[in-house]
Amino acid sequence: MTLKSLRWLIPIAVFAVIAAFLYVGLFRDPREVPSPLIGKPAPAFSLAELHAPDRRLSPSDMRGQVWLLNVWASWCVSCREEHPLLVALAKTGIVPIVGLDYKDKPGDGRAWLTDNGNPYRTSVMDSDGRTGIDWGVYGVPETYVVDRAGIIRYKQIGPLTEQTLKQTILPLVRRLQAS
Amino acid sequence: MIRALLAAAYVVFALVPTARADDALDLRLRHLESGLRCLVCQNQTLAESDADLAADLRLEVRKLALAGKSDDEIRDYLVARYGDFVLYDPPLKPVTWVLWFGPFVLLAAGTVTWIVVGRSRRRATPGAKAEFEVAARNLLAGAAASPAGAAPAGVGQAETDSGDAARQPLDG
Repeated sequence: MTLKSLRWLIPIAVFAVIAAFLYVGLFRDPREVPSPLIGKPAPAFSLAELHAPDRRLSPSDMRGQVWLLNVWASWCVSCREEHPLLVALAKTGIVPIVGLDYKDKPGDGRAWLTDNGNPYRTSVMDSDGRTGIDWGVYGVPETYVVDRAGIIRYKQIGPLTEQTLKQTILPLVRRLQAS
Repeated sequence: MIRALLAAAYVVFALVPTARADDALDLRLRHLESGLRCLVCQNQTLAESDADLAADLRLEVRKLALAGKSDDEIRDYLVARYGDFVLYDPPLKPVTWVLWFGPFVLLAAGTVTWIVVGRSRRRATPGAKAEFEVAARNLLAGAAASPAGAAPAGVGQAETDSGDAARQPLDG
């Protein structure tokens, strides 16, 4: 008797479950595609440095330390948004930042850093975007956290914010540095 | 002169098979690329997107194809970098079971509900129909006998009766 009289609840419950899923979906950013590279070795590259094109840098040169790879470009508008944060982070000296100057003209890239400040230990030139493809870059800026062993631990899609930096990236960096 | 003609013929004959091979490759690539998603404009395929990255990826796909990679290998290459999201057809694996089978489960659940409800209603209907008929006849007779006053009471009576009748077969 009681079970039968509660039958009318079934469609409402089904509706509630579907509505809950759709509601959560409203607030998820479809631009953020989870990277399959998290937990995998950083893809290798050997690229010329922006300020010293006769020198090359590859991820293996950073072995033994936790580092950030920040994908930027002089033509990228939202890079301006996050740039002051990177400059401030570089000043603290907590973690070295390597810049990947993505599909940019070297002259433009250098001028941009002169104008906006250079937070990068080194920037390398990915003029044809091949390295970007290997790293799964599909928009600029993007920022990767790489651990001592050269494993990618985190990927930030879009500009860094003070919040993501303080709540996610820096705690992760400290944890990786401690281990 | 003859030499020039021969050279021209050579060029023409050399070009024909290449052109044909290119067409086949183009066709294959177009087919492959229309199953791949452009990550910049996410509702477009790699084949139709004008985004810079899409152009780069098309070039990359072409290079891989020319290097003799199969369609599956090319797809794996992109999935390794961008995840399953690049595939317009999500692969079948435990996390996508709901996606693949969910609609069929819902359809089956709906069909079962429909059948069960339909069956119980069919069982309930004859009794209710008879009750309604009696009530309606009474109503009509009552209305014919005394044009005013009797009808409202008759309607109320009929409703209660039919309600009980409809419920009776379900409980029994």
